[in-house]
Amino acid sequence: MSLLEVKNLHVEIDGKKILNGLDLTVEKGHVAAIMGPNGSGKSTLAYVLAGKEDYEVTEGDVLLDGESILEMSPDERAAKGVFLAFQYPVEVPGVATMTFLRTALNAQRKSRGEGEVSTPEFMKLVRDTAKNLGISQEMLRRAVNVGFSGGEKKRQEILQMSVLQPRIAVLDETDSGLDIDALRIVADGVNALRSPERSMIVITHYQRLLNYIVPEVVHVMARGRVVKTGGKELALELEAKGYAEYAGEEAA
Amino acid sequence: MADVTPMKTPAEQALSAAYEAARGSLPGKGGIATLREGAFKRFEERGLPHRRVEDWKYTDLRALMREANPLAPAPDAAAKARAKDAGKILKGLDSRRLVFVDGVFAPEMSDLAPEDGLTIGSLADALASGDALVAEHVGSTFATDDVAVALNTALMGDGAVIRIAKAAELKRPIHLVFATGADKPSANFVRSLVVVDEGAKATIIEEHDSGDAQVNAATELVVGDEAEADYFKVTRARALHVASLLAQIGAKATFNSFAYTSDSSVVRNQNFVRFAGEHSHGGIRGVSLQRGKEHVDTTLLIEHAAAHCESREQFKSVLDDRGHGVFQGKIVVKPHAQKTDAKMMTRSLLLTDEAEADNKPELEIFADDVVCGHGATTSAPDKALKFYLMSRGIPEPEAEALLIQAFIGEVVEEIGNEAIREALMNAAIEWMGSRG
Repeated sequence: MSLLEVKNLHVEIDGKKILNGLDLTVEKGHVAAIMGPNGSGKSTLAYVLAGKEDYEVTEGDVLLDGESILEMSPDERAAKGVFLAFQYPVEVPGVATMTFLRTALNAQRKSRGEGEVSTPEFMKLVRDTAKNLGISQEMLRRAVNVGFSGGEKKRQEILQMSVLQPRIAVLDETDSGLDIDALRIVADGVNALRSPERSMIVITHYQRLLNYIVPEVVHVMARGRVVKTGGKELALELEAKGYAEYAGEEAA
Repeated sequence: MADVTPMKTPAEQALSAAYEAARGSLPGKGGIATLREGAFKRFEERGLPHRRVEDWKYTDLRALMREANPLAPAPDAAAKARAKDAGKILKGLDSRRLVFVDGVFAPEMSDLAPEDGLTIGSLADALASGDALVAEHVGSTFATDDVAVALNTALMGDGAVIRIAKAAELKRPIHLVFATGADKPSANFVRSLVVVDEGAKATIIEEHDSGDAQVNAATELVVGDEAEADYFKVTRARALHVASLLAQIGAKATFNSFAYTSDSSVVRNQNFVRFAGEHSHGGIRGVSLQRGKEHVDTTLLIEHAAAHCESREQFKSVLDDRGHGVFQGKIVVKPHAQKTDAKMMTRSLLLTDEAEADNKPELEIFADDVVCGHGATTSAPDKALKFYLMSRGIPEPEAEALLIQAFIGEVVEEIGNEAIREALMNAAIEWMGSRG
């Protein structure tokens, strides 16, 4: 059964067309990888799913469990279970990581009509998850992402994802800027969250990440559309041949 | 354009009349009476400052002060009862509260428990009795011809006189609460003198919770050699409020000030600070939170008159609705004040398109071996940060509140006293929670 359906999505930013009739279906419990050359619209898709306001959807729809999310604000989508792991997580000076996580979790729970999580329960959840991701207590006390390296920021994204337990997680080039050890830690964190109820979209340039997070499906994006869909072996094929074949296809 | 002296405004006439009427009964004879007369003459010559007076360009008192309220009568029991809940922001703080109602010291509402090295008195008493400390310092801590200070000097009624003896270290902050009890519009002119002697350590808080009373406050602060003084000013004022800090810092001394202003209609906080001795450190900081048509003006004159001193000036304003924030910061480095290290930064966060921030930093440097700098920024809340917070499920108002907290946090975090730091941050969070 499909959890997320993207139908004929057309998106512009500042009058420039980026997504051009994109169709994508993600099955419940699946990890779908999206690969493609620079400028093919992968990050735009990620932002549009999360609800970034700069993008204008001119046509098409995005359904989560059959319900359109396009009119929802980013926080409403998050409460419905959408999570974007940012390619470049921002620093939020002055807001402590723990305060941030707790505010986010409770806001989502409130929106879903659930009670607030208790302090001991919350502390245990964060500490255990942080430990598995190699995030120190000292880092948890710091302001959100402030002074963290690129790899540390990516780990924080996975920590947030683990605490917030989304239904559909979009990982936008989570592998960029990671060394091989960090990549393995992050992938372990992601794999720990795989479940029959949760789907993931993993956006990446490189096949390497998919050795650690093995997808059910691989989609290739070019010029704002999905141009090819296959199994995990498609990633290997792309790694060997490159994207030239797909870049040329749009000449018409 | 010819600078024609305009006719006196009703407020100017009322202030003159108030002085003429009170002249005979204002405390202090001899030198003090002469000081008042000189100050009143300055006001008479110049009138209320207006937009063509450069230092008051953005806070045109002549226009803003439509009328001058009558001087507050001495508070009766009912007035004192009305004033008893004033000073909410720092209510829970473990401090020595000294309460002033309508500008008059209320000893029965104050904590006068004796403490070694601490002398507390009322300015009215000290002026009346010809107190030597007051005679030595009042009017001479920082000489200025500023008209607001002159008006205060002419009409000063009461205030605190505090001396911390050599090497004494106060256990608790001294918390001056300036409350309003009058049930009619009134005005008061409070003047305080704080002398922190050599090597002494003290925290002084002025909390003005002045309701509808017009207030012209001035505080003279003398920080001795090797002394440490922390000075806080917390202001909530629904009528015109002009306050002047006149400070003189000795050698190897530490001086930190912090001004917190919210829920105030028109406030002008002027800080005249002179580093008069070598190797001293100073931090002059503050935060203002404004909405509606609130107007808060922070004006600094920081004079580095001795070598090897370091000062940091750092102010932040959050401007909602049509709030108007003004920052004028002038750092003057005198010719012999070599190795001065002074850095000034002011930032405004504009929450609407209608809010306005005016920043005027100035450096006047007459020494050739110094490090001085200033910066000013004005911006809207960062969209990328807001999206990041919202994408985690935090609704827009809460996301904005977190960003405002982060914005002011940078300067609030500089407050060394943890209890005061937390109380002010909590007050700010409460302010954000009450945003419409």
